Amino acid sequence: MSTQVDASPAAESRSSWLSGPAGRTVGLVVALVLLAVVGVITGGERFASLDNVMTILRLASVTGVLAIGMTFVITAGGIDLSVGSVLGLATVWASTLATQTMAEDLHWTVMVLTGLAVGTAAGLINGLIIAYGKVVAFIATLAMMIAARGLAEMISGRQTQVVQVDGFLDFVRADFIGVPVLVWMFIVVAVAGWFLFNRTTFGRRTVAVGGNAEASRLAGIKVQRHLLYVYGLSGLTAGIAGVMMLGRTTAGTSTNGLYYELEVIAAVVVGGTLLIGGRGTIVGTVIGVLIFAMLTNVFTINNLSISAQNVAKGVIIVVAVLIQQRFAARSTST
Amino acid sequence: MSARTELARSSRRRRTVALAAVATTAVLLAAGCTSNEPPEDEGSAAPQVAAEGNDEPGEKVVIGFSAPAADHGWMGAITKSAVDTAEQYSDVELRQAEATNDVNVQISQVEQFINDGVDAIVLLPFDGAALTEVATKAMDAGIPVINVDREFSSPFAARATVLGDNYGMGVSAGTYICEQLGDNPDAVVAEIAGIDSLPLTQDRSKGFKDALSDCGLDVDARVAADFTVQGGETATSNLLQAEPKIDAIWNHDDDQGVGVLAAIENAGRDEFFMVGGAGSLDVMEHIKADDSVLQATVIYPSTQAADGIKLARLVVHDKNMGDLVSAGVPRTTQLYAPVVTADNVDQYMSIGFRS
Repeated sequence: MSTQVDASPAAESRSSWLSGPAGRTVGLVVALVLLAVVGVITGGERFASLDNVMTILRLASVTGVLAIGMTFVITAGGIDLSVGSVLGLATVWASTLATQTMAEDLHWTVMVLTGLAVGTAAGLINGLIIAYGKVVAFIATLAMMIAARGLAEMISGRQTQVVQVDGFLDFVRADFIGVPVLVWMFIVVAVAGWFLFNRTTFGRRTVAVGGNAEASRLAGIKVQRHLLYVYGLSGLTAGIAGVMMLGRTTAGTSTNGLYYELEVIAAVVVGGTLLIGGRGTIVGTVIGVLIFAMLTNVFTINNLSISAQNVAKGVIIVVAVLIQQRFAARSTST
Repeated sequence: MSARTELARSSRRRRTVALAAVATTAVLLAAGCTSNEPPEDEGSAAPQVAAEGNDEPGEKVVIGFSAPAADHGWMGAITKSAVDTAEQYSDVELRQAEATNDVNVQISQVEQFINDGVDAIVLLPFDGAALTEVATKAMDAGIPVINVDREFSSPFAARATVLGDNYGMGVSAGTYICEQLGDNPDAVVAEIAGIDSLPLTQDRSKGFKDALSDCGLDVDARVAADFTVQGGETATSNLLQAEPKIDAIWNHDDDQGVGVLAAIENAGRDEFFMVGGAGSLDVMEHIKADDSVLQATVIYPSTQAADGIKLARLVVHDKNMGDLVSAGVPRTTQLYAPVVTADNVDQYMSIGFRS
């Protein structure tokens, strides 16, 4: 767990253990445990049951997958505001009458592949515009966020498309060793993301590009091509999340994934990834997503309103970022 | 009417097959109207039913309730009336999960209700189709689900369904406008719809069109807003720009109607009359005071979820509904969409809601 990628290894290794990456992860785990303790005290059996753990994990799965892709983008110094809309577009495109008919004729995975292809394509378009068109990521992905939602509305005619392909439904409804397929998908994406981030050149380049793009270019990294891949990856995770959403709701609609980009960015930032880029953590992101999902769960168990929950979420984000800034200041001052 | 009183008289008889959906409409509306009164006063119109004691405290019932975020007045009133109704019963414990407009979160709330093993679930889904899967799961777990307002895509997902009559709303509005304009086939009729993607909007528009064509009128101009004040204002100012002379307007939704009225006043137009929709208290006050173009509104009951709570309790207690002879709570209950005018507005003020 302590093997986070260090953006500036020299600076971080000199600071104390607690302000290092391991310390940050420990802090997040403590927060998660505290929240769980509150859940057990207030909810008792209703909170501390295997069924409830699965409920929390299922809730976290969709945004969790998005957050893995977002971690790469933010670490590379960018932002992707389009993930929620692209998710919606993927659910719609993967569930049109044409796609479903094709899936019936060939194989249900046609729907899955459609969702993944739509997501990846949207991500690559983002990447092209940002890397080669030199448009600021905020603007480029804002444009995609608006356009993808519009396209989803056009394709669906703003109707809800119900999935009727049995193979697909059987797959997403299934359990494997007592754990729902949706949760497995989240686990697989998280583990693959962790490996890609921490154990490959792709991950190290992502950190380098986010830390200092110019230095990376001088060091021989093809920065533009790398950014293209990073946004493509974010699009791919949006496509995967879209397929998962389709499985969870068995319905494709243009309103799917509304405001998810904000929820996902919040989880990534709370997890300890720096919004200015150059430092990221997949483990932190996963815990960040779990904290928000558990918060929703604890609030629901205690009959508290969504409005109060949103206030709590806001406070958590601010506190997390304040703590991060303290660490960041310390590591740059040493 | 006589048929219904006969039903009431012989309400002891049971074991008849329960497929009485249509006939129950008015009965349930009556129940909804009285939802603000204490349980003892309930059913004063049908003393025999009260004697049978549907409101007598029984076994404790834990009801899980989830509805979309209260981002407009009607939705706020839905939740409020459901909570108020649950509080009237000493044997009802309400677990309220106030959902966002995020189906992912709403699904997890229903999953939580299933884990908790509640006795019944009253669910107003953000999207009926998207919540069908998890509602079916609850039914499979032996928890009766009462579906409110937005229908599931499978009949296996709910034990009972309470619906407003969207098509009927359109018909009521169209018929009223016909009565007012009937002798003038060239009259210009405009329509301000809600969110166009929702099936309920399409149903309302279809009913409106059908009723108008009955008297030789048609919809000359149509715009769609989004149930918000802001959206209503924008859509209406565009409409008024495009149509220099209008005779009648039907606005689907009184929440967006606040914006619609603002746009009309800004444009200084008053050559037409307007019919509202849903039945907010503000609109009823305008109708009563006769101080605006608003002449009427069509009720879309904001007491539907309260009906759902009552039905959930009856289902768990295995009792019959109100004046019905047949055994069991009906599968589908569609509520009535009456027209409120200056003549009868006092009768409906009690079920109006604040935008």
